[in-house]
Amino acid sequence: MTDHRLEVEDLHSWYGESHILHGASFHVNRGEVVTLLGRNGAGKTTMMRTLMGVVRQRKGKAVLDGTDLLATPPHRVAKLGLGYVPEERGIFSSLTVAENLVLPPIVKPGGMSIEDIHKLFPNLKGRDRTIGTRLSGGEQQMLAIARILRTGADFILLDEPTEGLAPVIVDDIARALGTLRSMGLTIILVEQNTRFATNCADRHYVMDQGRIVDEFSNDALRADISKIDAYLGV
Amino acid sequence: MPDIFGVPMVVLLGQIMLGLINGSFYAVLSLGLAIIFGMLNVINFAHGALYMMGAFVTWILLSTVGINYWTALFVAPMIVGLFGIVIERLALRHLYKVDHLYSLLFTFGMALALEGLFRYIYGSAGKPYPVPEQLAGVFKLGFMILPVYRAWVIVAAVIVCVAVWLVIEKTRLGAWLRAATENPSLVTAFGINVPLMLTLTYGFCVGLAGFAGVLAAPIYQVSPGMGSNLIIVVFAVVVIGGLGSIGGSILTGLSLGVIEGLTKTFYPSASTIVIFVVMAIVLIIRPAGLFGREA
Ligand SMILES: Nc1ncnc2c1ncn2[C@@H]1O[C@H](COP(=O)(O)OP(=O)(O)OP(=O)(O)O)[C@@H](O)[C@H]1O
Ligand SMILES: [Mg+2]
Repeated sequence: MTDHRLEVEDLHSWYGESHILHGASFHVNRGEVVTLLGRNGAGKTTMMRTLMGVVRQRKGKAVLDGTDLLATPPHRVAKLGLGYVPEERGIFSSLTVAENLVLPPIVKPGGMSIEDIHKLFPNLKGRDRTIGTRLSGGEQQMLAIARILRTGADFILLDEPTEGLAPVIVDDIARALGTLRSMGLTIILVEQNTRFATNCADRHYVMDQGRIVDEFSNDALRADISKIDAYLGV
Repeated sequence: MPDIFGVPMVVLLGQIMLGLINGSFYAVLSLGLAIIFGMLNVINFAHGALYMMGAFVTWILLSTVGINYWTALFVAPMIVGLFGIVIERLALRHLYKVDHLYSLLFTFGMALALEGLFRYIYGSAGKPYPVPEQLAGVFKLGFMILPVYRAWVIVAAVIVCVAVWLVIEKTRLGAWLRAATENPSLVTAFGINVPLMLTLTYGFCVGLAGFAGVLAAPIYQVSPGMGSNLIIVVFAVVVIGGLGSIGGSILTGLSLGVIEGLTKTFYPSASTIVIFVVMAIVLIIRPAGLFGREA
């Protein structure tokens, strides 16, 4: 039997009247990096927000390490070890870089120290007193990842970490992801950049219209990357 | 002692001192209003009534159970704060997601109800409250005579304001508060109980209003209308300072008190409107307020 950390079954969610997730089902094993691929508006971000409890109107099953996420109040979800790096990065403009970095409370032992973080993302070093949103887009992305790593979260939801970034910065993020993976963290990665996804992940799910419609092993997708094209509409 | 523009120095300094005292109340009250607005998105019209409640609780504690000023300094703000917490839990928090107007009307109604309640029970007449004996007497400063109690009010208000400012700007708790102002759902996703934080923030800021009420009891007469007289000026102060700026509301409160005092000296008939004139000028030149961030 494999070691499922996250089990999602027939998950639905709504923004007010709009029904967005339409019965999505998938699972994530311990230590895996799994991607959610799919075209714009497929519901990838909504999936993450639903799991985190940011979207409150939801139904179905989502169980993390035996705990029912749908029955967990939103401020308790982080304590289960779920760390969220949102698509828009969520760096606070009224906080300095240092304040942004230590904002999320520690949830589990084993998080990265500030020194480790500065080793992983040298760009953040010496920027403590800078206003968070004065960092470049890439640096803000690093900060958004770094502040989750400090908390000891061991299941990370990463929403489009490479969106809008220059290739050199994308390489930095890829290297960081590799480090996290070798540390044994479990990761769900939303990614538009299929090449980036196949360099980082173990398995891939395809989302469309609020459902999971297909699944590929990384080897299968690497062997023929065009399989995904029909789904992504390229 | 010399005259300045025909006004004796002694008179001038006396008015500045009086202005600083008024300014202390403006600062403590506008600080609470600014935090409540920043965090809860609520324009707390009940702030003046809660200040009045703080003064009344102080007076009631002394006249019915003999609890003295020093104890009231802690107990009265706590009673007012708890009252605020109950109001927030029962009513206010249901209004965060709708237009500002609803919470404004609700708190306005609450102010009227509180004022009416106290007027019904205790009448409109002002009730004197004795200056605590440890703070009786005057400082003879040479250039002026300063009642000890008034000096205490300024010192206490400044200490409280600076302490609150430090907590918000320099501590981890303050960082959570600032972050929750910007993006409450993300802060929640990080594991912080934002609704609880909002409740406690409202309770604390309302308690600050109660604290100002305790400070006011021995200076002004304790009466049901004391809050509504003050709150309009305090709102002008908040507008001048810029909504949502903590340090700004403290500085603006103190300096507008002084400006009011100076106006009283040089052109007494304008002293009641000078703050509104300043407000109009600031709104024309910098609509976001002196310390507010331009949208
Ligand atoms: N706050 C909201 N209120 C109402 N509808 C929303 C809201 N946020 C997203 N939606 C809708 O939900 C659907 C899914 O959006 P979502 O952001 O989850 O897509 P996505 O897969 O992350 O897309 P992208 O690749 O562009 O980030 C879209 O149709 C979108 O319009
Ligand atoms: Mg998205």
